Amino acid sequence: MFSNHSRSSLKWVLHLSVLFLVALWVFPTAGLFVSSFRTVDQIGASGWWASMFPSEQNIIGRTAKPETQQLIDNLYVIEGNLLVADKEMTLSKWGTSSKAIDVYQVGQTAPLRRGGSITVSENGHYKVESKQPLSGSRGQRVFFTATVAPHFTLDNYKKMLLDKSNVEGMASAFMATMTVTIPATIIPILIAAFAAYALAWMNFPGRAILVAVIVGLLVVPLQLALIPLLKLHMNIGIGKGYLGVWLAHTGFGLPLAIYLLRNYMAGLPRDIIENARVDGATEFQIFTHIILPLSFPALASFAIFQFLWTWNDLLVAKVFLIDSSGQTTVMTAKIVEMLGTRGGNWEILATAAFVSISVPLIVFFALQKYLVRGLLAGSVK
Amino acid sequence: MHPALLGILTIVIGVLVCISYFYVSNWVLDHLIFPAKGSKAGRNINRANMIRPWLFLFPALLALSVYLVYPIFETLFLSLTERLPGNHYVWAGTDNYTQMLADPKFAEALVNNLLWLLIVPAFSTAFGLLAAQLTDRISWGNAAKSFIFMPMAISFVGASVIWKLVYDARPAGQEQIGILNAIYTAVTQNDAQTWLTQMPWNSFLLMVVLIWIQTGFAMVILSAALRGIPEETVEAAVVDGANPFQIFFHIKVPQIMPTILVVWTTITVTVLKVFDIVYAMTNGQWETQVLANYMFDKLFRANDWGVGSAAAMVIMLLVTPILLLNIRNARREME
Repeated sequence: MFSNHSRSSLKWVLHLSVLFLVALWVFPTAGLFVSSFRTVDQIGASGWWASMFPSEQNIIGRTAKPETQQLIDNLYVIEGNLLVADKEMTLSKWGTSSKAIDVYQVGQTAPLRRGGSITVSENGHYKVESKQPLSGSRGQRVFFTATVAPHFTLDNYKKMLLDKSNVEGMASAFMATMTVTIPATIIPILIAAFAAYALAWMNFPGRAILVAVIVGLLVVPLQLALIPLLKLHMNIGIGKGYLGVWLAHTGFGLPLAIYLLRNYMAGLPRDIIENARVDGATEFQIFTHIILPLSFPALASFAIFQFLWTWNDLLVAKVFLIDSSGQTTVMTAKIVEMLGTRGGNWEILATAAFVSISVPLIVFFALQKYLVRGLLAGSVK
Repeated sequence: MHPALLGILTIVIGVLVCISYFYVSNWVLDHLIFPAKGSKAGRNINRANMIRPWLFLFPALLALSVYLVYPIFETLFLSLTERLPGNHYVWAGTDNYTQMLADPKFAEALVNNLLWLLIVPAFSTAFGLLAAQLTDRISWGNAAKSFIFMPMAISFVGASVIWKLVYDARPAGQEQIGILNAIYTAVTQNDAQTWLTQMPWNSFLLMVVLIWIQTGFAMVILSAALRGIPEETVEAAVVDGANPFQIFFHIKVPQIMPTILVVWTTITVTVLKVFDIVYAMTNGQWETQVLANYMFDKLFRANDWGVGSAAAMVIMLLVTPILLLNIRNARREME
């Protein structure tokens, strides 16, 4: 047995190792999530993990044009602020040449090549002074190092979801995914529920073999089905539209649906069904009035599985849903496209990916109970 | 028509068609074909009950036959034929298979797939078991489980984007925004590496993505199994002075061995079908090819249905032992 001391230190090790494990598992997702709220400049300037803390950035600013100068006390003066209004920054060092960007401290005054001098203060305020009128068409460039407070923005989401002129927008892809997912989730449930009831509660020759076949079909790779079904769809005129995807998802989802529901229904109390039969209820009534309501947890489990699977699917959509106008491109397919064309643009990729991930995550956290139950029932024991 | 409207319409029509099929077919059976009244009532009821299961099963069996059973045979047929222009098929015997076996990309895919098969189920199950054992013993274990389980809800494509950011590399001199390179450059002072192009590590880095996703699944199943272990066996071991590690490895693990096998085989099947991760992250370049992506490549890029189907048959062949095992287990359970 352990002493109290070693037991409590063991407890600490336990808590810490679980914490470590959780952190390891959440960290990658957190990275993408945080990045989707940062601007291009921020993403390029520092790792996302640094975004919670103030960061140092080298920024190029420009004073106002010489035409705005005013004559005050015999000096020509231009005043203004170098910082962009909506960001909280503090300047530390600055310079007036790209070769020497950090030679002056805030509050110091530097001579200008074109005559006169410039003073820059910590809050970004600058003052150009000259005895001669300032000339030229553009303002003076100022290079400065600024400490930028953590800053997050919703602009990426606005651009990817609301901006109609953005051809990379996810709004239509989101609708396409929805359109694929919802019918592809509901239709197989109905078909499977009837079949599962027959397999669980009706006696007929060949029942055991059918169950075995369905268990076997659970693991058949759907890769096998791609070309034959595409051929079939083309031959019977379904083509590469939504109908084809719905049918394909229905077919591929059925083995799991039947298996899950049959297992659950077979576990329902025999008395209820026998009593209903004795009372003269038809099988159809027993099914709709007794079995279906009682099987709700299993129906919910499968619905979540099928929803996650169809929402997240890439392969079936890529094969069975092709439209030259791109109107039916689902989110996963669109994101893969962007991975190819926009490899380094993390603000776009992160936002697009999170638009697609967010819905399953919400479903996951809201209905986790059913998902776990389904997993436990669904793994072949 | 707006696609969303089309979707809603499909749901309504689909549900109505389904319900009315079941209702009408049952009604016809009970009232028209074998009415449960008159002199033959008893015989009719029996006959109706012999047919009824098939009414309930018909739509499901039809869909299963068309979408899963028929394709197996059709793919076998395609793998043994050559497609000529104008949709003619000529018998090719084993030509597609010999051609495929001679393809170095196929050998690469096969080797990689075997590595995936060894590594992903092993690590997912091990991490899952560890997570299950650890989280079961603390007060906030359920919350911890949620987070480890969460990647299950994320698509393979989404996971690929997530991990591409982890592996991201910027040219030397720039700030590294991928955590792997940030750590690597800080620790070793070397330049950042483009990890996904570095053989053989890149294949393992792709496997990490799937392990990350599947660990939650393993954890959930194994956690339930661990809880199902009878208390007495553990208590007896404690009384006999076993330490926690002995209890875990000698008392608990042997008792949940059947569940570990189930988890292992389920993940194995997932691994054999893995396509999205490789397709999205490297597309099989830099020697990361796997069978499912090789097949997709042949079917849809090279338009070679013969070899593509042959590759699909290889995946089927690899799945078959698990298929038979599952059937055997299911039959044993039904008895």
